[in-house]
Amino acid sequence: MSKAKGEVEIIEKYCKGCNICVEFCPTKVLEMDLFVVKAAKPEACIACMQCELRCPDFAIKVNKIA
Amino acid sequence: MAYDYDKSIRPGKLPHIWCPGCGHGIVMKGLIRAMDTCELDRDNTAIVSGIGCASRLPGYLDACTLHTAHGRAAAFATGVKMAKPEMNVIVCGGDGDGTAIGGNHFIHACRRNIDMTYVIMNNYIYGMTGGQFSPCTPTGDKASTTPYGNPDPIFDISKLAIGAGATFVARTTAFHATQIDKLITEGIKHKGLAVIEVLDDCPTTYGRRNKFRSVVDMMKRLKDISVPVAAASKMTAEQLEGKTLTGILHQEDKPEYTAMYKEVIKRAGGAA
Repeated sequence: MSKAKGEVEIIEKYCKGCNICVEFCPTKVLEMDLFVVKAAKPEACIACMQCELRCPDFAIKVNKIA
Repeated sequence: MAYDYDKSIRPGKLPHIWCPGCGHGIVMKGLIRAMDTCELDRDNTAIVSGIGCASRLPGYLDACTLHTAHGRAAAFATGVKMAKPEMNVIVCGGDGDGTAIGGNHFIHACRRNIDMTYVIMNNYIYGMTGGQFSPCTPTGDKASTTPYGNPDPIFDISKLAIGAGATFVARTTAFHATQIDKLITEGIKHKGLAVIEVLDDCPTTYGRRNKFRSVVDMMKRLKDISVPVAAASKMTAEQLEGKTLTGILHQEDKPEYTAMYKEVIKRAGGAA
């Protein structure tokens, strides 16, 4: 079975930079870039949805691509 | 696919007013998922709130919403349910709104066992009004009105609800995001008053006065203090010191209020 893969979509105007997603991402895909989150290693995303579930600002969407 | 929250949110309302890291957004997502799971018709669902940060929640949702006086959410919601018993009624509010200013309405809604779902977001403080201590501020913690530590013992919202007669009482935290929608779903399906207490974080007015260096510290604390009910039965009293039980804490079947009231109308000879 191949590993699940995801594509992170960040809505920058909603992000308030609380750092929750960066901390709880198990594969360290996300990084803080001057108070707004960015996907630093998008290829490492395993579509676990931890960031999407815990983002209080509706700023992250994760689409399963594989 | 990413979860489609946008269809449940009023267009143009985001970004919301809550502070960075406030757990209310996580609870709102949970509530949307629960309403989708229960397939609630938004035109037949009333979401009622009082005043406070948590009570801003219905303003973002695309359903029938009612923003009422401070603490009076349960009273207004009871009115909605009595006038339209077929409507699904969900009440949202914070700890100060629900248990201090609206404490009386809260316990009497529990006592009547009227078919509503009360989602109470306990962030340990009055956030919107400037960080005054609430009945849920832990003893010894600092708030703007208790700069030397709060001397008051706390209200345990879930125990209060059980004691007052609510027939479904559950507790979870903002960290346990998937559990929020599962418990709210159970609460909506339950016939009678369901109280779902969600332990939340307030980084702005509670966290910075109580030595939480970041939002993440507060989230990790929520994770550390919570113990599922099933696991707690195997733990000793010592191990449970300082912990909070999560999951369904109480569930029973009792006659529901609007059904009982219909009987009264029938007995009095009115048109039911």
